[in-house]
Amino acid sequence: MQVLSTVLKRVFYAVILLLAVLVLNFMLIHLAPGDPAEVIAGEMGGVTAEMLAEIRATYGLDKPLTKQLTTYLGKVARGNLGYSFYFNEPVTKLILQRLPATILLMISAMFIAVLMGTFLGVLAARRPTGWLSHFVTIFALLGYATPVFWLGMMLLIFFASWFPLFPVSGMYNVVLEGGRLTRMLDILHHLVLPTVTLGVIYLAMYSRLGRASMLDVLGSDYIRTARAKGVSERGVVYRHALKNAVLPIITMAGLQMSQLLSGAVLVETVFNWPGLGRLAFESILRRDHPTILGILFFSTLIVIAANLLTDLSYRLIDPRIKVGAK
Amino acid sequence: MESTPRQQPDDMLSVEHPLKEMARMFFRNKSAMFGLVLLTAIIFMALAGPYIYSIDPFDMVWAPFAPPGEEGYLMGTDYLGRDIVAGIIHGASATLAVGAVAALCTIFIGVTLGALAGFYGRWVDNVLMRITEFFQVLPPLLFAMVLITLFSPTLWTIALSIGLVSWTGVARLTRSEFLRIREQEFVMAARSIGARNWRLIWRVILPNALPPLIVTTTLITGVAILFEAGLSYLGLTDPNVMSWGFMIGSNRDYIFESWWAITFPGLAIFLTVLAVSLVGDGLTDAFNPKLRQL
Repeated sequence: MQVLSTVLKRVFYAVILLLAVLVLNFMLIHLAPGDPAEVIAGEMGGVTAEMLAEIRATYGLDKPLTKQLTTYLGKVARGNLGYSFYFNEPVTKLILQRLPATILLMISAMFIAVLMGTFLGVLAARRPTGWLSHFVTIFALLGYATPVFWLGMMLLIFFASWFPLFPVSGMYNVVLEGGRLTRMLDILHHLVLPTVTLGVIYLAMYSRLGRASMLDVLGSDYIRTARAKGVSERGVVYRHALKNAVLPIITMAGLQMSQLLSGAVLVETVFNWPGLGRLAFESILRRDHPTILGILFFSTLIVIAANLLTDLSYRLIDPRIKVGAK
Repeated sequence: MESTPRQQPDDMLSVEHPLKEMARMFFRNKSAMFGLVLLTAIIFMALAGPYIYSIDPFDMVWAPFAPPGEEGYLMGTDYLGRDIVAGIIHGASATLAVGAVAALCTIFIGVTLGALAGFYGRWVDNVLMRITEFFQVLPPLLFAMVLITLFSPTLWTIALSIGLVSWTGVARLTRSEFLRIREQEFVMAARSIGARNWRLIWRVILPNALPPLIVTTTLITGVAILFEAGLSYLGLTDPNVMSWGFMIGSNRDYIFESWWAITFPGLAIFLTVLAVSLVGDGLTDAFNPKLRQL
């Protein structure tokens, strides 16, 4: 029961946040220089006077601002985020087509970064002055300083020109014939380079974090107790310490969801991955404002949902966090 | 460790000034010194470089796509026959300036909101923290893209947008420092002799919260440079100003014809951010020697 009420509370809060994003979008349209109708239509040119008049009528742009806001929110509540004049499609439909690709990329990058980061960090922590420890420290520093899109481009040059092992553009082979399994493998094959690019930056960060938190945990009293009662080194590290050492990584991963999404925008653009980021890039080139604002809304939705999930998984791993307690 | 002779009573009483101790620790740290030297060299290049190497980075100086070394152009030319070396040297100032201004904006917004939240607590804290949480769920790059697309891309809008999307961490840090410091005796003492809130915030508490904030400022400058580069890569940059991000962005479509036009500006960004973060790490260690054991 308590679990349910906590979850409900979090969901309620998430809805408030989403509403706030919509209000922000609305404000941006009105704060931007120029006529809001033209902002909504985008500066592509070729927008006729009738179209502008139609936009003014549907968005009630001649009415007071509060009325306009409620009209806008009402539209969004019915799943209408506007119409993209450049793509000639409703924004919601456009975004929903691209959403799965972005989520696939984010999940696989995060998965690799957390899993391998923890593993590297733990191995490094077992020998705090060993070569792996130094490697992890240097790797973290280099990963921090590397522009993610540049890393992607370097991999692109490398794998396209010298080692054509992986496809460097797009998500699937259009002319590929075959069943479901062949297609899935094809997507995985295309996924390799974008995932590595996005994941390696976070892997660098998490291996350093994992090392630090593992060292921290290994110094605590209960580990000494475990050692004293004769638990093997392996048992100490993997059964007693690991669970606590992984918590900071999960917290960090949750906090960095919005940055991960930002990184995905750049990586998708480099590898022509047909996700939200690529769409965002195309729509800023065309000044397609409804689409870019819709993407901002949907990406915030992703971040909020991911935060909710991290929060819940945190509670599963660490029972000390009492569900329902403040 | 050198063995010290028996200390005279005078020596025992004199305690090293904390700032002096910090400087000593910083200058002894090899990687921090490496970062500092590298950073100084880059800043020198940004300031003096254009006078020493005066080729206009926008000029077509030689055939397009010339590989590095051809005709004396050390890093080759790009798709418009522009000299890459000139771009690196002339683009340094804009890149560093945007990074620095963006970091200042970030610090200004973050410190102000964090200080108010931590000092006043109660509903002020509540409201400001809800606002911070709101900004935290907005993906920074996308939000900045929206802002810059709506309000044309100039160096100022870019720097301001970066500041506007990345202040949340600073606000949280400042708030927690204020919460920690505001209960200490010297603050109470200042209050009891009649210091106003304004004075307590800026003159009493803030100076004591500076060490972690200085470290964050250096790190944020690095992040801001990466951020600017990412935005320019997406084409959101001032097309009239040469910057490293602009070089990568404008050569994006010619990646296979001239890898050098992308590799070298990227390396420049990488080295700058590396230098900044080495200095930042060195400062962290100097401010907090206990952390070094980790």
